[in-house]
Amino acid sequence: MISLTGIERTFRVGDQTVHALADVNLEIGAGEYVSIMGPSGSGKSTLLNIVGLLDQPSAGTYELDGRDVTSLSDEEKAHVRRDKIGFVFQSFHLVPRLTALENVSVPMMLAGIGANERRQRAAASLEDYGLAERMDHRPDQLSGGQRQRVAMARATIMRPPVLLADEPTGNLDRASGHEVVSLLEQLNGSGVTLIVVTHDPDLGQRAQRQLHMVDGKIDTDGIRQTS
Amino acid sequence: MKPADMLRFSIRSLTGFRVRSILMILAMSIGVGAVVVLTALGEGARRYVVNQFSSLGTNLIIVFPGRTETGGNLPGMMVGRSPRDLTLEDAVAVLRSRHVTRIAPLNIGSAHLSRGRLSREAPVLGTTHEFRDIRRLEMSQGRFLPPADPTQAQSICVIGQTLSRELFGDQVPIGEWLRIGDRRFRVIGVLGSKGRSLGFDTDELAIIPVASAQQLFNQPSLFRILIETRHRESLLAAQDEVRRILKERHEGDEDVTVVTQDAVLATFDRILRTLTLAVGGIAAISLGVAGILTMNVMLVAVSQRTSEIGLLKALGASGQQIRNLFFAEAALLSAMGAIVGLIIGAAGILLIRQIYPAFPAAAPAWAVVAAVVTAALTGVGFSLMPARRAAKLDPVVSLAKR
Repeated sequence: MISLTGIERTFRVGDQTVHALADVNLEIGAGEYVSIMGPSGSGKSTLLNIVGLLDQPSAGTYELDGRDVTSLSDEEKAHVRRDKIGFVFQSFHLVPRLTALENVSVPMMLAGIGANERRQRAAASLEDYGLAERMDHRPDQLSGGQRQRVAMARATIMRPPVLLADEPTGNLDRASGHEVVSLLEQLNGSGVTLIVVTHDPDLGQRAQRQLHMVDGKIDTDGIRQTS
Repeated sequence: MKPADMLRFSIRSLTGFRVRSILMILAMSIGVGAVVVLTALGEGARRYVVNQFSSLGTNLIIVFPGRTETGGNLPGMMVGRSPRDLTLEDAVAVLRSRHVTRIAPLNIGSAHLSRGRLSREAPVLGTTHEFRDIRRLEMSQGRFLPPADPTQAQSICVIGQTLSRELFGDQVPIGEWLRIGDRRFRVIGVLGSKGRSLGFDTDELAIIPVASAQQLFNQPSLFRILIETRHRESLLAAQDEVRRILKERHEGDEDVTVVTQDAVLATFDRILRTLTLAVGGIAAISLGVAGILTMNVMLVAVSQRTSEIGLLKALGASGQQIRNLFFAEAALLSAMGAIVGLIIGAAGILLIRQIYPAFPAAAPAWAVVAAVVTAALTGVGFSLMPARRAAKLDPVVSLAKR
């Protein structure tokens, strides 16, 4: 499903070239649950951003569903992001002036779905995430766990086959963190490919497949031994 | 993305950043309002002058004795001659031109008017029946000087409203006797109120036949001849012919000045139009300042919202959609600024009219259009530039920005 070949990502810092990713090759199949771990600066977020088409590789090819997506136009990339990929961020990234319902509706609005259908689908999704009472609240009226659940409702509203989570529990307390993780795993259980970036070993070890990154390279790629 | 959604989303972000939106609208509307009000003032001044002149009729030629030259001395002085008089016969001779429909000789002086114990000084105008039509004077009572041979003196007069009130009170003056200077005149009419026009306050004027005035002031030369031509197009031909006829009658000397009403009017028109343009230009500077303010506010707004732009892109918005959103926002802001500005302008004009009812303040259409277009262009143009830049960024870069 996801196929990365020879991916490089370099940044220029002053007159130095920094390799955030160096020759990364990775195959992820549909429905896999993958965690990416590693120290800060090891390139794990950069890798996730490239998989999510938020960033462009400096070299290499990226195929999603058998289609080369590195050379797509801005418009086509936007469509891929909208229909195929859901994002859950560490800091939620909700639009502060919009209500929970409106935040969840944004991807559907960008896709040109009518207002009535948007409202129904967003409301149903928020109910699934236990936020039926909070639909008309703005983000600043919600707790961290509730915000992350709104963000998840938004990430999944277009029913994307791939869900990317960058430190999804990083800004949450333990209880809300657990809640979010179990929701993510439920989604994975229903067939969604889940990729989680984290430096929390407890979270990372829950995944069936665990990648460790060091200095922009994949150091180990292990399948968890089922006990 | 549906246009209605785009509009709704833009309105949400405008109301979300209320202070910014209000500031922008304020800046824009003050600029637009300034242009509207200032050009309305200039245009009002122009119309005021044009109205004053048109009350005299626009197909008018004015003849007065002497040559206007910039030499500083009269031409006659060098050869020991004073310019010839402009006589009643000259005036009648002008009627020979086929371009001329009507003439009115004018003689003017100041005299003592009295009736019983009441008396006052007033300007006295000697003229003929035609004067009323040329000047488009209204009568409130009685009638104007009847058609007659202009060389015949008659003891009749027409007076202005102020004179009527001051000398006759509530009494009907028609048929009463009035002493002007050392002669007696019978009042046959009272002028309607026309107000001040070209320095003559018709309310304070007494009008008598031109021959009577010549006797009264012992002044055989006319002060002016007003000539009405058949239509505007024949104005220049008539001007030449009048000049030729008078030159002929004055033994080949061109010792009269013949000007057209139009020439005077055109000069004023030009001066005042330039003035309006200048004032409009000054106002346009304030509009430009408003545009730059818009740019600054928009620049801050876009950088504040860079992470929002990144988020929208992450959720599947294309660069085009981002640009459209900002375009809609800027267009809404500019439109609102322009509308509020037009309201401010209209209110200003209304206020001016309330304070000076005689002053026909009105913004010319070009100024209104230019103000609105400038507002729209600066508002939209200046806000699109930063939005375009932001839309180009990779989502990961803009998302990281706070």
